[in-house]
Amino acid sequence: MTPVSAAKWAGLAAILVVPALLGSGNYAYLVQAGGMIGLYMILALGLNFTMGYVGLFDLGYIAFFAAGAYGAAICGAYNVPLLIELPLTVAFAVLLRLGLGVSILRLRGDYLAIVTMGFGEITRLVINNLDSITNGPKGMEVPPLQLFSWTLSGNLGYYYLIAACVALGVIGSRRLEDSRVGRAWVAIREDETAARLSGISVNEHKLLAFTISAGFAAVAGMIFAHWIQFVTPESFVFWESILIVSMIVLGGMGSIYGVLLGALILGGVPQILQVFLAGSKWIDYRYFFFGVVLVVVVLFRPEGLWPHKRRQAELHEEAA
Amino acid sequence: MFLQQLVNGLTLGSIYSLIALGYTLVYGILVMINFAHSEVLMVGSFVALAVFRFAPAILPQGPVGLIVALVLSMAGAGVLNVVIERFAYRPLRHAQKLAPLISSIGVSIVLQNAVFLWVSTQSESFPELIAATQFSIGGAGVSSLQLVCMASAIGLMMGLHFFIEHTKVGKAMRACSDDLETAGLMGIDSSRIIALTFLVGGALGGAAGVLYGLNYGSIKYNLGFLPGVKAFTAAVLGGIGNIRGAVLGGFILGIMEVMAAGYIPRGSDWKDVIAFSVLIFVLLLRPSGILGEKIAEKV
Repeated sequence: MTPVSAAKWAGLAAILVVPALLGSGNYAYLVQAGGMIGLYMILALGLNFTMGYVGLFDLGYIAFFAAGAYGAAICGAYNVPLLIELPLTVAFAVLLRLGLGVSILRLRGDYLAIVTMGFGEITRLVINNLDSITNGPKGMEVPPLQLFSWTLSGNLGYYYLIAACVALGVIGSRRLEDSRVGRAWVAIREDETAARLSGISVNEHKLLAFTISAGFAAVAGMIFAHWIQFVTPESFVFWESILIVSMIVLGGMGSIYGVLLGALILGGVPQILQVFLAGSKWIDYRYFFFGVVLVVVVLFRPEGLWPHKRRQAELHEEAA
Repeated sequence: MFLQQLVNGLTLGSIYSLIALGYTLVYGILVMINFAHSEVLMVGSFVALAVFRFAPAILPQGPVGLIVALVLSMAGAGVLNVVIERFAYRPLRHAQKLAPLISSIGVSIVLQNAVFLWVSTQSESFPELIAATQFSIGGAGVSSLQLVCMASAIGLMMGLHFFIEHTKVGKAMRACSDDLETAGLMGIDSSRIIALTFLVGGALGGAAGVLYGLNYGSIKYNLGFLPGVKAFTAAVLGGIGNIRGAVLGGFILGIMEVMAAGYIPRGSDWKDVIAFSVLIFVLLLRPSGILGEKIAEKV
């Protein structure tokens, strides 16, 4: 066994075993923090399809997380079983994203960014204002995840569920990345016109990326809602969309492990600072440090912390 | 009623326009969204507040005080914007396109928290530089603050127009905005023009910060975010990179927001939904904004 693969297995074992050992001891909050980081990883992997591979700049991705969370909440209110709730919620988020996607196929770059931002804000405001369905700013209670007579509760259970979803997301991303579809996505990102002329059906491939990314966000949103058992529009502000975009750029656009690393850092740093600085006067400084870290990392690694091999090769071509 | 809403809308629109100009000037040259612009605006309003706290003598109530406050805030915000460009964006000029955006998000967080930590965590009341009196024009109630707001904004916009269209430096700015590389080859020091653009954009943002404080009466460390997002929306609506477009977009958005709040039932809850819906609708019909030029795609 090479040292690298040994380290990989050790890391995997740590991810799986350590939370169980922490159990309900003094460090139990780490399990919850790990779960939140995992949710950010699912979101970042999902957004990586449209932003990383296809290069569509998206500032409203949190809307589909919200669709998943509120789908779960509304289904919970009507006692819809999980096996119906899951396809229903995912389909809702996907349709929402396709509806947006079809209408913005013509837009490029920053115009796309601003339309998606507008869509994200519209979604949040609609949730906020439709009191009769979503209970408005007061939020909704959500029952825990229930499959037949088996109920999932407690941080540890959700941690493992989220870890499993992240693993599935990574495997799915890797399979897609190396497939014909993945290569077509990258071709569109590099030069849309050339890709079209090479016979790639650009619109279909963009919509496919939209669909998959909406599915990731919806699943993450459902798990979030059932885990926290409460949803309010406040969880889905513009800032969260920016955070996910930052994770992707900081980690390395289109790089699966880079994106995971970005989610780990940006999702984890504020929580870790919160715990370690608790009680000290530095607690209020945590977002200040967060901003400093963001700027410094981008200045020193503009291509991302763990860039995709292909992309790194491109960026260093001139120097070589 | 309509006239009244129109006046309110024009006031809001003039503030949005000033902010939108800051976004569009920078975008026109560097093709980047300067996310920290909303914080530059916020810092601008705090500069005026600081001057008022520590040297109230130089800010007498009346036009003189207002002009001094505007000049100092514009200088402060402009210089801040130049410093941000120098340290956070310039090193990334040849990096991938989204790197400066992330850097600007970081700067925005840093500035907001710096003011939060070291200046004030609360709303601070803004000095009344102009006595608030109400006029009645054709049945609509207009306050002196609104008039001052519109007059200052329009004055600044006219100044900007003259600067860009009729001075040599303005010409250099237009050249850089057309094609940065070629402008450099023609002997224009493009780094200096970029710094100048950030100075001008930041100064307009600082002025908008003062007008914002004057109009709403209080300022807070996070005041920049919403007007910043709206103003960026306005800049895109008008056609980003286009100066007239930014002004037009700002006024359209301001008027629309006020009208929606006034005429639609529960309108104040839905006004942002309407504003963003109109934006999406306009961009679907005209993908490069109202006055934006259609840029040919390179193949």
